Amino acid sequence: MRPFFAATLALIFVTGAMATELRGTGDLGVVVERADGKLLVVEHSGNSRLAEIEGLGDLSHASVVFSRDQRYAYVFGRDGGLTKVDILKGRIVNRVMQSGNSIGGAISQDGKWVAVSNYEPGGVRVFDAATLEMVADVPAEYAPGKFSKTVGLVDAPGNQFVFSLYDGDQIWLMDMMDPRKPRIKRFENIGRAPYDALVTPDGRYYIAGLFGEDSMALLDLWHPEKGVQKILKGYAEHDDKLPVYKMPHLEGWAIAGNKAFVPAVGHHKVIVVDTDKWQILDEIDVHGQPIFVMARPDGRQIWVNYAHPDNDTLQVIDAESHQIIKTLKPGKAVLHMEFTPRGENVWVSVRDDDRIDVYDTSTLERVKSLPALKPSGIFFTNRAHEIGL
Amino acid sequence: MFITLCALMTSATAEAVTAERQTELRNLVHQDCGSCHGMRLTGGLGPALTPQALQGKNHEFLFVTISEGRHGTPMPPWRMLLTEQDINWIVDYLKTPEARP
Repeated sequence: MRPFFAATLALIFVTGAMATELRGTGDLGVVVERADGKLLVVEHSGNSRLAEIEGLGDLSHASVVFSRDQRYAYVFGRDGGLTKVDILKGRIVNRVMQSGNSIGGAISQDGKWVAVSNYEPGGVRVFDAATLEMVADVPAEYAPGKFSKTVGLVDAPGNQFVFSLYDGDQIWLMDMMDPRKPRIKRFENIGRAPYDALVTPDGRYYIAGLFGEDSMALLDLWHPEKGVQKILKGYAEHDDKLPVYKMPHLEGWAIAGNKAFVPAVGHHKVIVVDTDKWQILDEIDVHGQPIFVMARPDGRQIWVNYAHPDNDTLQVIDAESHQIIKTLKPGKAVLHMEFTPRGENVWVSVRDDDRIDVYDTSTLERVKSLPALKPSGIFFTNRAHEIGL
Repeated sequence: MFITLCALMTSATAEAVTAERQTELRNLVHQDCGSCHGMRLTGGLGPALTPQALQGKNHEFLFVTISEGRHGTPMPPWRMLLTEQDINWIVDYLKTPEARP
């Protein structure tokens, strides 16, 4: 009995010590388990799962931004739920149902405001990051009585938010100097059906992908007075358009030096763009309709995943030569990728195989697999300090 | 084209979709159609596909929409990836999901 008792005491002591042990959050992240409305808290120093958080509602297409102290994750659910999660404690701090149907969100430059992009009702709503109290409601009324779904919401320098109107063919620039009365600058007729957008890592250019035409809409945030300009007009126009079984995502804008790598829409190509002149440098033939085209943080490699039915594949492109250096077959439905902050590893969600795979980006070999139920988005806390993420 | 499709549909409706295929199609509907229509089919960039939302839209219309896509919208044609039996099963599933095992 005595040794058993001592062992039990030792166990209690160890458990207690672990619970109170101090730790940073710079190597933490979350993985969305979309079918069950759950979030996994993970860490990428030892590549392990730390906690499971339940009760986040419909997480199809869920995305996440982080507080600047990298402790809290704001989770945007499809059902309009906005949830604030304490990733250190592994629990929900606050949750509001802010709309009927939402698509994503952003956190302001000063970290004080969280904006959510809604489909229903079409528009953007802004919340106090501390309390989740709504401070501004901005319906996307692009014509009298007509409201648009909003997409491509990002933060930008000057405490601004920028978003696009899918039904209204517009870009809106929202100044948060007075958060309760945001000032809006509208740009109209930017091109047909913007489906997603991004801001370059330096915060200067906002670029919307257009579903309705083979081009993109560019807004120079240093010179908004110059208006929106169309770039990459008629890319890949010499090819027949192929069906698109999933909309590409532009959030992971891949910039390597003065080159940007973007997914074509309706073409199995990655377009290489000169970011000084915004002209096409090259078109790379790839395995399918690209969804995420992401640069390793050092810009040397570009990783690409694909739409259904080619979503069992990942390809790695050499950013210098534009050659495909590796084709990987991780498994069924590769949905998302996230690089560790300095890019030695990349985490990959393999939805229909219920797995997260971790690859070494120098050997291109899998180094670890973690179980996860229907995983989709993977988000590491270093996003807290990236403009537009 | 429409008439041919209708003919294909009626001939195909009677044919059974295996239980295994049904599981795959259910996954496809919620996970892949769900990337635009929402995993719970309550709508996203694409419209809601709940039984209520589809009231008044007949089988033929939904069959042609899935098979051929909708021109001028992001809805792609699925005929290269799905058989007529698959599409018929999906239309029935969307209209009366509770009737399915």
